[in-house]
Amino acid sequence: MALPKYTEPHYRIWHYVYLTICAAVFFFLVAPLFVIFPLSFNAEEFLVFSDGMKRLDPDAFSLRWYQDMIYGTKNPWGLAAKNSFIIAIFATIGSVILGTVAALGLSSRHMPYKGLIMAVLISPMIVPLIISGVAIFFFMAKVGLAATHTGIVLAHIILGTPFVVITVTATLSGFDHSVTRAAASLGSDPVNTFMKITLPLILPGVISGGLFAFVTSFDEVVVVLFLAGLENTTIPIQMWTGLREQLSPTILAVATCLIILSTLILVTAELLRRRSERLRGINR
Amino acid sequence: MSSETKQILTTDGIPLEVSLKKAEKKNKIKAFLLVAPLLLFIIITYVFPIGDMLMRSVDDKMVTEMLPKTFKSMEKWDGQDLPPEEVFEAFYFDFQKLIEEEREGKLSTQLNYTKNGFKSIIKKLRRKSKSFEEGNYKEQIMSVHRRWADVEYWRAIKRRAPAYTYQKYLKGIDMYENEKGEIINVPEDRRVHRILWMRTLEIAFFVTVFCFLMAYPIAHLLATLPMKYSNLLMICVLLPFWTSLLVRTASWMILLQQQGIVNDFFVMIGLVSDDNRLEMMFNKTGSYVAMTQILLPFMVLPLYSVMKTISPSLMRAGKSLGGTPFVAFWKVYFPLTIPGIGAGCLLVFILAIGYYITPALVGGASGTLISNQIAFHMKSTLDWSFASAMGLMLLSGVLVIYWLYNKLVGIDNIKLG
Repeated sequence: MALPKYTEPHYRIWHYVYLTICAAVFFFLVAPLFVIFPLSFNAEEFLVFSDGMKRLDPDAFSLRWYQDMIYGTKNPWGLAAKNSFIIAIFATIGSVILGTVAALGLSSRHMPYKGLIMAVLISPMIVPLIISGVAIFFFMAKVGLAATHTGIVLAHIILGTPFVVITVTATLSGFDHSVTRAAASLGSDPVNTFMKITLPLILPGVISGGLFAFVTSFDEVVVVLFLAGLENTTIPIQMWTGLREQLSPTILAVATCLIILSTLILVTAELLRRRSERLRGINR
Repeated sequence: MSSETKQILTTDGIPLEVSLKKAEKKNKIKAFLLVAPLLLFIIITYVFPIGDMLMRSVDDKMVTEMLPKTFKSMEKWDGQDLPPEEVFEAFYFDFQKLIEEEREGKLSTQLNYTKNGFKSIIKKLRRKSKSFEEGNYKEQIMSVHRRWADVEYWRAIKRRAPAYTYQKYLKGIDMYENEKGEIINVPEDRRVHRILWMRTLEIAFFVTVFCFLMAYPIAHLLATLPMKYSNLLMICVLLPFWTSLLVRTASWMILLQQQGIVNDFFVMIGLVSDDNRLEMMFNKTGSYVAMTQILLPFMVLPLYSVMKTISPSLMRAGKSLGGTPFVAFWKVYFPLTIPGIGAGCLLVFILAIGYYITPALVGGASGTLISNQIAFHMKSTLDWSFASAMGLMLLSGVLVIYWLYNKLVGIDNIKLG
C-alpha cells in the first residue's frame, strides 16, 4: 500500500512506524518456530547454539537426534507415532461422519431449537480442556474405556466434531438447495442425492473440517493425559513428559517433523478454502 | 377468513393448510434425526459427565456410608461434651468392619480433610483395637490417643454425617465452615486458591489485552494489502495456528532460558550483563509471553474477517469531509471493527482462562493457573471431588462468557482459518 504523493510528512512517518510494528508482530509470531530447525541438527546435547554452529562449521551439525528419534531404544517415539496416527485417523473419521450429518440437519431451515443445539454441539470447543478432560475421564472410567484406544478415540471425536460442524455449516450456508430438489424430482433417493450432488459440492468444507479434527486429535494432550495408560502413549504425551523432565534435542527433532507436518496440513487447508470460495462464488 | 370461503384442497382432498403443516413437521423431524446421533453422543459422553462432576463435587456419601452406625447413634448427641458410650461402641463396630474391608485408610484420608491429625490416630487405633476387650469402648478408645478424648475430633466426625456438602466449593475460595456452622475465611497465609483465581483472571486479562494490541495492526494490514501479499502474510498467522501447542511451547522454553537467544540478545545490546541474565521462564513472564504468542492467531482471525468487510471508501469519505486520518480512523473505522474486537477478545479470554499446558511448562510456581491446580488434585492428591468443584467454578465463569459471546457474536458466526 503505497502512500499517495501528497501525504504530509508526519503521516508518512506514522505510516512507517505502523509498518514496523506490523513487521515486529509478524516476527514475534513466526520466529519462535524457526529456532527449532537449526537446534535440532545440533551435534551437541545442549539446547543453545554452539560456537561451531555460529561459525556454520559443518562438524557442529549432525543428524544424531533424528537417529535417536527413530532408533533410540529408550524413546518410545515409534509407538507414540503409531498410536497418534491410529487415534487421529479414527477420531477424524468419526468426527467427520457425525459432524457432517449433524451439520446437514442444522442447516435445514426446519431445524427446531437450532441455537440451543448448536451451543451444545460447539461446547467441547469452548469449555476449558482441563474440565473436558476431567469429565471425559469420569465417563470413560465408568464404562471401562479408560486407558484404551477406543476411549481416547471417542474423547477426540467429542473434541473434533465442533470444528467439523462449524466448517460444514459454513460451507452449507452458501449451498443452493434447489440442486438437491432437482435431483429428487429426477427420481434420486436422498442417500444417492447426498453422495452424488451434495457431498461433492461441500467436500472442501468437509475436508477442512476433517483437517481441523485431525490436528485437534493429533495435538491433544490434556484429555489424553487423563485417559492414556502406558500402552496408549501418543506423541504429545511423550513431548509433554520430555519437556517436563529434561529438554532433549530429540524432542526438537520430533518438533521439526511436526512443524513440517503442520505446514503440509496448512497448505492443504488453504488450497481447499480458496477452492471452496471459488465454488461458492465468493470473490474476495 | 369467512366460514363460507371454500378451503383450498390438495388433489387428495386434504385441506392445503393441514397438508402443509404435515410436510413441515416431517421436515422438522427429518432435520432433527440428522442432528440426533451427534447430539446424543455429545449428551451421553460429555454433558452427562459434566453433570456427574457436579454430583461428585457435592457428594459426601463416602464417610456417611463408612460409618453408618456411628452417625445413627450420633443423632441424639448434642455435640457439647464427649459423646456417650453408645457412639463409641457404634464407632468401634463400624471401624472393625472397615478394617475387614481394608478401607480404614480411606476413612483416615477423608477425615483428615475435615480436621488435620486424624491420620496418625486412626493408624494407632487400628493397631490397638485388635486387643480390645468387649464392653466399655469409650475408655478403651480414649486411651489409645489423647486426641480420641478430644471432643473437637468427634465433632469433626459428626460434620461428615450429611451425604451432600458444599465444603469443596468453600475450600475453592479459601473459606470453610467452622464447628459452629459459621462460614469464615481461612487464615491469610493459607489463602492459596484466591491468589490462583486472581492470577488466572489477571493473566487472562492481560494476555487478551496484549493480543488485541498486537493483532489489531496486523489484521488491519492483512485486510488492506492487495491479495497476493496478504495471502502470503496470512500464512504467517496460520502456520503458528496449525502448529502443535507443545512445539510452540518448546520453542519458547528454548528462547527464554537463561542461556537462550533472547538473553543472548539482551546481553549483546547491553541491556543486562552476562552474569546477570534475566529469568524469563518458570515465572509469570514466561506465561505471558508464550500465551500471547500462542493465542494471537485467535485474535487476528476474527478481527481480519470483520475488517475485510469494511469498505476503504468509508475512510476516504471521512477524510474528504475534513477529518484528519486519525479522526477518520477513530470515528469511522474503529467503531466498525468493534464486533471483531468483541469476538476476538472473548475468544482469547475464554481460551486463556482455561489454559493448562503452557503455564505448566513455562509458568513455574508463580505463573500457574487454576487449571494446573485442578490437574494437581486430579493426579496427585486424588481429591477428585475438590477438582470437580474447582472445575465447575471455572466452567460457570466460562459459560457466562460463552453466553455473552453467543449474544454478541452468535455461535454460528465463529470462523476458523
